[in-house]
Amino acid sequence: MACRLLWASRVASHLRISVTQRGFSSVVLKDLKYADSHEWVKIDGNKATFGITDHAQDHLGDVVYVELPDVGHSVSQGKSFGAVESVKATSDINSPVSGTVVEVNEELTESPGLVNSSPYEQGWIIKVELSDAGEAEKLMDSDKYSKFCEEEDAKH
Amino acid sequence: MSLSRAKDLRLPLMNLVRLKGSPILEQLHLEERLLRTSSDNWCIVNDGTNVPTIVMGMSGKPSQLLEVEAVMEDRIPVIKRFTGGGTVIVDKSTLFVSLICNKDDVPNVQPYPRSVMAWSGSLYDEVFKSVNGFQLRENDYVFGDRKFGGNAQSIIKNRWIHHTSFLWDYDVRNMAYLKLPSRVPQYRLERDHTDFVCRMKDYIERSDFVEKTVKAVRNQFTLKQVNLEDIDSYAKGGYLKTTRLLTMEELEEAMADTIQNT
Repeated sequence: MACRLLWASRVASHLRISVTQRGFSSVVLKDLKYADSHEWVKIDGNKATFGITDHAQDHLGDVVYVELPDVGHSVSQGKSFGAVESVKATSDINSPVSGTVVEVNEELTESPGLVNSSPYEQGWIIKVELSDAGEAEKLMDSDKYSKFCEEEDAKH
Repeated sequence: MSLSRAKDLRLPLMNLVRLKGSPILEQLHLEERLLRTSSDNWCIVNDGTNVPTIVMGMSGKPSQLLEVEAVMEDRIPVIKRFTGGGTVIVDKSTLFVSLICNKDDVPNVQPYPRSVMAWSGSLYDEVFKSVNGFQLRENDYVFGDRKFGGNAQSIIKNRWIHHTSFLWDYDVRNMAYLKLPSRVPQYRLERDHTDFVCRMKDYIERSDFVEKTVKAVRNQFTLKQVNLEDIDSYAKGGYLKTTRLLTMEELEEAMADTIQNT
């Protein structure tokens, strides 16, 4: 746990953002937006970077493979664009916003475990050029997402 | 209204499709289609498949998992399926049970692999109640320390599938097409295939297993039998089909990779 808090602080410091400390819960970074299917998005002008959250990687288990889309592929908000494999399961990765893929994280082909060890930094999955910047309004901020995760976990 | 009917009304509905000897590629195509385009729950039972076939998980690499030369020489079909997990060789003696569920109809199960397997493990606990030594062990179905069921999953936004191929019986020669995978459960302890697996027929009658499985599913769902010919009315819309037969070219490439790496 101490390692995870140290990691979170280092990430936050590097990204110059503040972190919500959630005790024994997963890490949620402020200044990112979140989908209810547990993907995060960082928007920078008309470009966005996506990945899966710490909550998702923790529940999925060790990721052994990431299926990436091609550059130029169109992604739509809420629809699947790729998958991760962990513990005998493929799990869809859904796009938090719509756009066109401009870059994929090739590192994940050789090192899929980056999704577990660094879900918000080295484990980023794709970058897109946004087609509708307004779509981000439909996503959750860090406080809402933290509460969403707590409620989901409490139900089970 | 009888008490049992009243109880049934509280359970979510699940469609039951019973197949016999369906080609495994057709079964997997059906499952992928129902997962992606239907909004119902499904239980598919296939009593054997028509020809011996190798089935790899989504990320499987033939050069790493198969004795490619022998596979090509003997013309064994190789399929890459849409779910995760390892490689199996299936044939007419294999029993297949697949469960497709809406996450809201199984509310105590989170749509993540370990939670789904804990649920399926408890379902099969009921099936194998009278058999000594059954357990879900590190994600495998075992009797003692011998695996008899290979399972895998695919999880999409609000639904998931958990499917299993049960090793009713096997031909040792078929096992020789499979290499020892790089990722193995700890309990395997470097055993080769024939020391690691066991034959389900040594533990339970075939018809008994199928009946008890349907009964265990019926304890959680109201079952409705659906014929294969009627599937179109349940599965509407397009989807990207990812389960496929590997081509000769792909197997030749795998051969070349194997030779290069030796």
